[in-house]
Amino acid sequence: MLDLLTGFVAELRAAGIPVSLTEHLDAAEALRHVPLEDREGLKYALGASLVKSSTHWKAYETAFEIYFSVRGPGYSIEGEEPEGDGNGSDTERPPEPAAGSGTGTGRGRGGGGAEGMSAEELADLLYKALAGANGAMMAAVARQAVARYAGMEPGRPVGGTYYLYRTLRNLDLDTLLERLVEEARHRAAPAGEPDPPGDAGVAPGAAVGLTPLEERLLRDELRARIDQLREEIEHEIRRRLVEDRGSEALAKSLRKPLPEDVDVMHATRDELVALRKALQPLSRKLAVRLARKRRHGRKGALDFRSTVRHSLSTGGVPLDPKFRYPRPAKPEIVVIADISGSVASFARFTLHLVHAISSQFSKVRSFVFIDGIDEVTRFFEHADDPVDAVHRINTEADVVWVDGHSDYGHAFSVFWERWGEEITPRTSVLLLGDARNNYHASQAWVVKELRDRARHVYWLNPEPRAYWDSGDSIVGEYAVHCDEVIECRTLRQLEQFVGELA
Amino acid sequence: MSAAGGAAEPASRHPTGAARTDTPLSGFPQAGAPRFESIDGVRRGLAGVSYLADEGIAGAVYLADRLAKPVLVEGPAGTGKTELAKSVARLTGSRLIRLQCYEGLDESKALYEWNYKKQLLRIQAGSGSEWQALEEDIFSEEFLLARPLLDAIRAPDPVVLLIDEVDRVELETEALLLEILSEYQVSIPELGTVRATQIPLVFLTSNNTRELSEALKRRCLYLHIDYPQLERERAIVETRVPGISASLADQVARIVRSLRTLDLKKHPSVSETLDWARTLVLLGVESVDAEQARDTLHILLKYRSDIERAAKELAGVDPAG
Repeated sequence: MLDLLTGFVAELRAAGIPVSLTEHLDAAEALRHVPLEDREGLKYALGASLVKSSTHWKAYETAFEIYFSVRGPGYSIEGEEPEGDGNGSDTERPPEPAAGSGTGTGRGRGGGGAEGMSAEELADLLYKALAGANGAMMAAVARQAVARYAGMEPGRPVGGTYYLYRTLRNLDLDTLLERLVEEARHRAAPAGEPDPPGDAGVAPGAAVGLTPLEERLLRDELRARIDQLREEIEHEIRRRLVEDRGSEALAKSLRKPLPEDVDVMHATRDELVALRKALQPLSRKLAVRLARKRRHGRKGALDFRSTVRHSLSTGGVPLDPKFRYPRPAKPEIVVIADISGSVASFARFTLHLVHAISSQFSKVRSFVFIDGIDEVTRFFEHADDPVDAVHRINTEADVVWVDGHSDYGHAFSVFWERWGEEITPRTSVLLLGDARNNYHASQAWVVKELRDRARHVYWLNPEPRAYWDSGDSIVGEYAVHCDEVIECRTLRQLEQFVGELA
Repeated sequence: MSAAGGAAEPASRHPTGAARTDTPLSGFPQAGAPRFESIDGVRRGLAGVSYLADEGIAGAVYLADRLAKPVLVEGPAGTGKTELAKSVARLTGSRLIRLQCYEGLDESKALYEWNYKKQLLRIQAGSGSEWQALEEDIFSEEFLLARPLLDAIRAPDPVVLLIDEVDRVELETEALLLEILSEYQVSIPELGTVRATQIPLVFLTSNNTRELSEALKRRCLYLHIDYPQLERERAIVETRVPGISASLADQVARIVRSLRTLDLKKHPSVSETLDWARTLVLLGVESVDAEQARDTLHILLKYRSDIERAAKELAGVDPAG
């Protein structure tokens, strides 16, 4: 058991979750107190001692599932061949009682064979499971569906996303959702007689004709159930993959970077959503931290008046000296960001972050460009929410001059012409982009001028350092005039940079 | 791993677990007599004092007792972090000692302080006596003001220590918690080390406004309390709001879940859900319709833009439909 735990901890570390030795020991200690049969209990017990951040929980859960997948005697898959043509011996129809997720019995699962059930039967069963919110039935459907549709081939080194996609496509859940909503509408509209609450698990309110509110609630309910089903399917696929290839190999191909370590430029759609979610608390934390730093940065000269005043309570003995707090000047920030396709999401995150902590700067001005350049500060001024503002940038900013391909040179020279005067020695200039200039003229003199006039000029490049100055990237030409060029590919790096800036 | 062997192991270990604690795995203080029988026992116990715990919460509390470690509870505001500590205190019949953290909290407010004024008086009153004796005298227990942390350590009766909103103190101040969290002792230079007579259950809560230090996290078990699932929220509403009908509780929970899927500045918390449910009961509402929901949204949501958006959504402008 301890070996398994050690392997598990190693996997967590490989996934980027910092697990210290103390925590490892705690987990080992925890194992003594939690009965192993209680899988959920074990999961939370190990989690409590190993994972110390809620953003890491997802990664932990995945790893846990792989390392502690259900392999009890009642659940052995050996009897069932990986080819998937079930012997159909126990095609007994679920629902099976008390098949809680994970600890379930092995019965009924044997129907994993393709002949076990026709497509119609399966669809029908799925429909019933969704309408009835029957957890056990849902698990059974998930197993059937995976067996039938995923077409899993033993030995293939894939992570399972492909199988998930295949299964889901065949189940066509969206249509099903519509069908269920439609049916509820029909049931409600003509009859108008109250369904007993809880019947068929449909929202009780659905009985008295579907008001928009009720329809919305119903939809959310169904969506939650479908999510549950999707999870079941994912579990099932993972369980089979573990059987096939062993924990370690699978863990390796399933390993995903933590949200703060995702490469912004190459993030998938899902990862971008996760990033956006991570950005909100990140900017809040950063703002709090900076505000505190400013207040408690260092103590100033002794405040004699205040010290004497406070010494009165100790009979005139100045026990507690008071100090004046200096108020350091806040920097001005000008952000000039490339928002052409390749680096758009990076620019958006940076603008979002900088404006979210704008209270830490005396002034923030933002400009975006592709081959034309436009000021976008105004979008942020009246928006409560940086997300709205960023959205407006995409739709309203006037950034195309000729053809909508990045032209750093033109954008910079226009900037210099129109706004160059406003750069002062108190300004820090942030230039954002990959400097892929489509072989236009670089106009690097602008950056040099900026450097002469401003306090600092930084260039943030979301490309890996190895790609700089390859192809049409001319970051080197600009770099000689910048204070620093920083590789900034993940949220973590971005946060760190902005934190140091303020 | 063979599952059968693995399953048998804890069974043989479990009953002797208490006796074996004299060979600790790590150098931490060992728990006294266990307060709880099993994870399920914790859950049932908490339900008995009207706190509905899920598997994770019950597991963390159980482990905290067994491993004698503090629990760091994180999660959005209003999900019952503080309430958990209170409920555990009620369940175990312990006294709750609470330390509310804030910016600028220091040793003299958290741990102990010498009673300067009394010391000054003592010095003035006994001006004739030997300095040596005087010094020993003024640094005795009599002149010590115990603050919550020291209080919890010295208490002879069982206590639950709640260190609330620990993320509000500065990073440096966190350090003064470390000794007490890992060793259950407080060192006072003039007096020596005060060791705990009994191991208190310790809960730290954090609203996650900043990352806590690694050192602090390492010493704690971690528990993240998120917004509850539909079923649990419904059950919470039913236990906490007297006189609510099952169908209304169900509806409340469903509407709140819908609201949480929206992109709002601040999602409704459990405590706000409870307030809302109470209001609905007071208003004599049997079943919520869109209009009533809209009129009482300000109890659930605290930003104007959120309220507007939610009202629009609930009125049926469904983006997906």
